[in-house]
Amino acid sequence: MALRSSVTRRTLTLGLNSTRLLPLSRSLQTFSLPDLPYDYGALEPAISGEIMQLHHQKHHQTYITNYNKALEQLHEAIQKGDSSTVVKLQSAIKFNGGGHVNHSIFWKNLAPIREGGGEPPKASLGWAIDTHFGSLESLIQKMNTEGAALQGSGWWLGVNKELKKLVIETTPNQDPLVTKGPHLVPLLGIDVWEHAYYLQYKNVRPDYLKNIWKVINWKYASEVYEKECA
Amino acid sequence: MAATTSMVTSLTFTIPSLGLRLPTRSYPCLKPQRRLVRKAASNVITATYELKAPPYPLNALEPHMSRETLAYHWGKHHRTYVENLNKQVVGTDLEGLSLEDIIIVTYNKGDILPAFNNAAQAWNHDFFWESMKPGGGGKPSGDLLDLIERDFGSFERFIEEFKAAAATQFGSGWAWLAYKANRLDVENAVNPWPSEKDKELVIVKSPNAVNPLVWDYFPLLTIDVWEHAYYLDFQNRRPDYISVFMEKLVSWETVNTRLEKAKARAAEREMEEERRRKEEEEGKPTNEEEDDDDLEMYVDNDNDDSEAE
Repeated sequence: MALRSSVTRRTLTLGLNSTRLLPLSRSLQTFSLPDLPYDYGALEPAISGEIMQLHHQKHHQTYITNYNKALEQLHEAIQKGDSSTVVKLQSAIKFNGGGHVNHSIFWKNLAPIREGGGEPPKASLGWAIDTHFGSLESLIQKMNTEGAALQGSGWWLGVNKELKKLVIETTPNQDPLVTKGPHLVPLLGIDVWEHAYYLQYKNVRPDYLKNIWKVINWKYASEVYEKECA
Repeated sequence: MAATTSMVTSLTFTIPSLGLRLPTRSYPCLKPQRRLVRKAASNVITATYELKAPPYPLNALEPHMSRETLAYHWGKHHRTYVENLNKQVVGTDLEGLSLEDIIIVTYNKGDILPAFNNAAQAWNHDFFWESMKPGGGGKPSGDLLDLIERDFGSFERFIEEFKAAAATQFGSGWAWLAYKANRLDVENAVNPWPSEKDKELVIVKSPNAVNPLVWDYFPLLTIDVWEHAYYLDFQNRRPDYISVFMEKLVSWETVNTRLEKAKARAAEREMEEERRRKEEEEGKPTNEEEDDDDLEMYVDNDNDDSEAE
C-alpha cells in the first residue's frame, strides 16, 4: 500500500473575480492523514489492531484537524497583523503540528514482521550503533529505560544524528525532536503516550517497550541515517 | 468518612540538606496518611504512606466509570505511586513529613526533585477519588453555588470553563477548581492568577503531577485527565469523559466541605496577618522571616490550545 501524499493544496481566494485582475489569492497548505503502509492488524501481537486503528484514525487525525484549524487562524492573524493572536497560536501549532510530525514518522518506524519488522540494522547505521552504544541490545536497553521513566505523556525520539552522532532524547507531550536541538534529525521514535499502549498493556509500559522492538522498521531508520550522513 | 485528627506541626521546620525553610501547614481536609512505626531496637520512627481505598466499592461508579478502570487506576497506577514514594523517602530527610509537606518541598520552586511526582500523584489520586461519589453530579447549593455564581457569572459558565480547561490540558495532567486566598507572593512558584482574583474561586489546569498546593491555593475539586483515567471507558473521547464526570460523578458535598475549610483557613490567616502587623507597629520582634529566595518559574498555562483526543 503506497503512502499517499500527506499534503494537499487548497487555495483561498479573497472574493475577487479572477478574470479581472491578478487574483489576490493566498494559498494555504492543509494536511491530511497519511495512509498506513500496512493493515491495522499487521503488527500483532506486539501492537493490537484496535490500538493501531484508534491511534491512526482518531488521535493522529485529530492532531491534523486541529493543526489545520490553527494554521487557518494563524493565516488570518498574519494577514490582519494581529501579533498577539499569532503568538497565542504558537502552542496549539506546536502541539498539534508536532503531533502530526511525530506520528507521521512513527508509522514509518513500524513494519510487520514479514516485511522486515524487527530485523536489526545493518550497514552504516548498524555500525554506528555498535560504535556509540556497544551493541544494539545496549541501545535498546537504554532507550527502554528512558522511555519507561518519562513522566506523563511524551515522545521518546531516539537515535538521532547531530554532527554525525547518534543520541537518545525524550521530549514532552508532542514536542518534535527539533525542539531539543536544531541539528537533531529523528531516526526512530516510540510513542509513550498512554493511548499508544493502554488498551493492550494497561499500566505496564515496560512490556510495551519490550515488545515494540519486534516490529521496529530499521530499514527506514537506516535510509534516513544514510541520507543525513552521506 | 469521619475525619480523624489533623496533622499537628510546629511553626517552621528546616530541611538542612535542601536549604529550605518553610512554614508548615495543617491541611484539615485530608485524613492523615501517616502510620508511625517505631523500630524497637534503634527507637527511630519511620513513616510510611498508605494506599487508601476510595470511599466506595470499585464498581460503585458504574456505568459512568467502569470497575475495570477503578481496578487499574486505583489498584495499579495509584498503588505504584504510593509504593515508589515509600521507597524514595525512606532514609532521607523527607521521611516523617506529611504528604503535603513533601509535595511543597520537592516542588522546589519548579526545579522538581525526584520524589515530587510520586508524592503529588499519591495526593492527587486520593483527592480525585474523594471528589466523586455514586449518584453524583447535579448542582451544588448554598454558599458554594453563591460563590460559583459570583465568580463565574453562572453555574453553566463555570461548567463550560471547567470542561474547557480539562479538555485543553495538553498531554497528561489535571483540571482544578480551587479557592485562592491571601498569599499573593507564592514563594514556591509563579502564581497563575493575578491579584484581582484573591479570595475567589478559580479554575486552573496543571501538567503531569503538579497540583494547586504548590501555588498555595486550596483545591476543591479535580478531574484526572491523564489518558489512563479514561482510556478504557472512553478511548480518545476525552470531552465525553469530562461531561460524564461533571454530570454524574462530582460529589458537591465534598466540594462544599472543602470550601468551608478553605474559608476557615483564609480567615485564620487574615487574623494572623493582623496580629503580626500590630506587633510590628508596636515595635515587637516577629517570629516569621521572609524567604525572599524567589526563583521565577514559568507555569505553563495556555488557555486556548486544543487538545488532541
